[in-house]
Amino acid sequence: MTDQSLAAPRRRPPPPRPPLSLSGAWNNVAVRGWVYQAIVVLGVLGTGVFLIGNAQDALSKQGISTGFGFLTQIGGFDIGEKLIAFGSNDTFLRAYAVAVLNTLKVAVASVVLSTVIGVLVGVGRLSSNLLIRRLASIYVEVFRNTPQLVQLIFWYTLITALPRPRDAISVGGVVFLSNRGLLLPWVDTDASLLAIGLAFVAGCIGAWAVGRWAEARRRASGVRHSVFGWQLALVIGAPLAASWMTGASYTLSIPVLRGFNFRGGMALSPEFLALLLGLSLYIAAFIAEIVRSGIQSISRGQIEAARTIGLGPLDTYRRIIFPQALRVMIPPAAGQYVRVVKNSSLGVAIGYPELFSVNNTIVTLSGHTVEAIAIMMSIYLAISFVIAALMNLYNHFVQIKDR
Amino acid sequence: MAPICISSAKPTHAPPRPPPQRTDSWSHWLRRNFFQNAGSAVMTALALWALFVTVPRLVRWAFVNAVWYTQDAADCHAAAGACWAIVPEKYRVMLFGTFPYEEHWRGVLVIAIVLGLSALSTIRRLWSYWLCVAWLVATAAVFTLLLGGVFGLRPIGTHEWGGLPLTLVMFVGTVVGGIPAGILLALGRRSKMPAISALCVGFIEIVRGLPLVTVLFMASLMFPLFMPEGVTIDKFLRAQIAMTLFFAAYAAEVVRGGLQAIPRGQYEAADTVGLNYWQKMTRIILPQVMRIVLPSMMNEIIRAFKNTTFVGIIGLFDVLRATSTAIQDPVWVRYSIEAYLFIFILYFVLCFAMSKYSERVERDLAVGR
Repeated sequence: MTDQSLAAPRRRPPPPRPPLSLSGAWNNVAVRGWVYQAIVVLGVLGTGVFLIGNAQDALSKQGISTGFGFLTQIGGFDIGEKLIAFGSNDTFLRAYAVAVLNTLKVAVASVVLSTVIGVLVGVGRLSSNLLIRRLASIYVEVFRNTPQLVQLIFWYTLITALPRPRDAISVGGVVFLSNRGLLLPWVDTDASLLAIGLAFVAGCIGAWAVGRWAEARRRASGVRHSVFGWQLALVIGAPLAASWMTGASYTLSIPVLRGFNFRGGMALSPEFLALLLGLSLYIAAFIAEIVRSGIQSISRGQIEAARTIGLGPLDTYRRIIFPQALRVMIPPAAGQYVRVVKNSSLGVAIGYPELFSVNNTIVTLSGHTVEAIAIMMSIYLAISFVIAALMNLYNHFVQIKDR
Repeated sequence: MAPICISSAKPTHAPPRPPPQRTDSWSHWLRRNFFQNAGSAVMTALALWALFVTVPRLVRWAFVNAVWYTQDAADCHAAAGACWAIVPEKYRVMLFGTFPYEEHWRGVLVIAIVLGLSALSTIRRLWSYWLCVAWLVATAAVFTLLLGGVFGLRPIGTHEWGGLPLTLVMFVGTVVGGIPAGILLALGRRSKMPAISALCVGFIEIVRGLPLVTVLFMASLMFPLFMPEGVTIDKFLRAQIAMTLFFAAYAAEVVRGGLQAIPRGQYEAADTVGLNYWQKMTRIILPQVMRIVLPSMMNEIIRAFKNTTFVGIIGLFDVLRATSTAIQDPVWVRYSIEAYLFIFILYFVLCFAMSKYSERVERDLAVGR
């Protein structure tokens, strides 16, 4: 017995190859997979060709030429709110640029505002104070459980129901809220924004480098250097120095009532304001939940360990809880920011000229429905994918480095 | 610090320790919850001040000085508070939109059927095949009531549908069509066949990268263009298809999360006992997946309900759009805020109920794990 079992196991002969037959091939998983895929791909392609053929027939019958040539034609319409100059003598292409900038303007403002509110409410939901906890959860439940469009239209109705400019609600005589929107004091300047912006970026990089240096010193010597003052000086000082060197002049412009409307200051239109509130208050409720679950995902042991080695509450937050919670929070938060950009298209309901509503005008005026929709969709997809890619990159840096 | 006593003998000179602090007194509760430290006390003070400033004003506006019922807008104009009278005045337009006035009873029945059956569906003891049958019967009844043309009911075209019946039908249609489509898309995405998986990934990612309004807009403008001559799909159906496809892309990602959470052993065991692909999926994998993804699927369903308001942008008269139309009346237009608040509360009640139910189901399911 032992002899035989110790001997090399007898190799079984390979199974006989199935005869080359149709049914044999059909029973082969790989062959069947290819057949299925061929059917699906052909079906999709066929449907596509059929639909596009129909569209071409319909368009040629209506005598509409296809192509993107219309982009360089004069639009002949005006856009109420714009960051770059635009008038009825400008092309459709420039109209798209105005629209995209308007979309980005409201999206960036909403991302900032919703993050601030979301973090405050999210931390508030974990507060030891019962009143704050309750208020924060009421906020989340109310804003999460109602449609964004209803909220948006509600804000817009509320803003347009505000008093006229003459009876505007004033804060300290410099900020005015009326049915024409929000008026803020602003600085009029002829300074080169590029130089100041570059100086600001340089200051930020400098502050970061100082922080790195201090951290490296602390690790090497155990001595803490307080460099916060230096960092602040760099971030604020660099743009100031740049504006002083370029010799720019500044005048504070405070809004004043002239006749029926305000002059001076910075005006936020009712449409912009309503869209900003509608986007950020809604998304903030979701960000708050992300922040809450992110902080709650830190195990108690981490906090207890931090306390054991003598970290104060602030350091515990800054060095232990926050870096770890951030890893959990980044991916869902990125999803919410993409949602802000996409939902800015609701501006069409209140007449804010963002990409979707300007595109509607372009469709009507140019008649190039298919091309215009294709351009609009590509822009939205590009913005979504860029945000997703940036967040993935960031995520890559903050993820736990496995050995 | 007192020296640590290692001996287990009780030192005779130790003074008796005070009794532990009572933790059940109201003063302790107050201190722990509102004045634990200086920061907490400041927050309490600030919150109380904010409430003190806003709540009395709100109560005066919404209740004390409000006009609850009048047929004359001048009464509202005279009052300092809210004009809730706009709701009894306009509720038929707000809730039924463009639905023919004398046929509103059919809309009421539709609302009752959908809400009633939804409420019954939350009772777990009733979960059985009979519930599916009931939903099928209800669907038939809803469409008979809305479309008419049989049993002596006047035919009503989908272009006349509006208000809450439209919102509810759109919502139920989206979910009922979108979940199976989402499951198929998720299975396709995880498929080993490269062409099928690429198609599903492409569809899911493109749809998820687009705003819903653009998808609806495309459906309303481009569908007619792509159809062969003479074939027309009406606006409601176009919006319904767009909503369903949009929901399916999001549902697919939820289901994919569940598919990835199932341990490999389950797949391998199913292969070992000789089940084919569909048997493996429908009998082994998907039942477990649906259990795992129920909470996140409920979130998507609630979102789909909120998203039904978007169809107003392409010109269907859902509750929100119907309300906007109802308050166009120049006599009542100054009281739009009250009308929108009413709609706000209506949506809130429905969504809040769904989200609370989903939380309960999540808790109950967690018990067995």
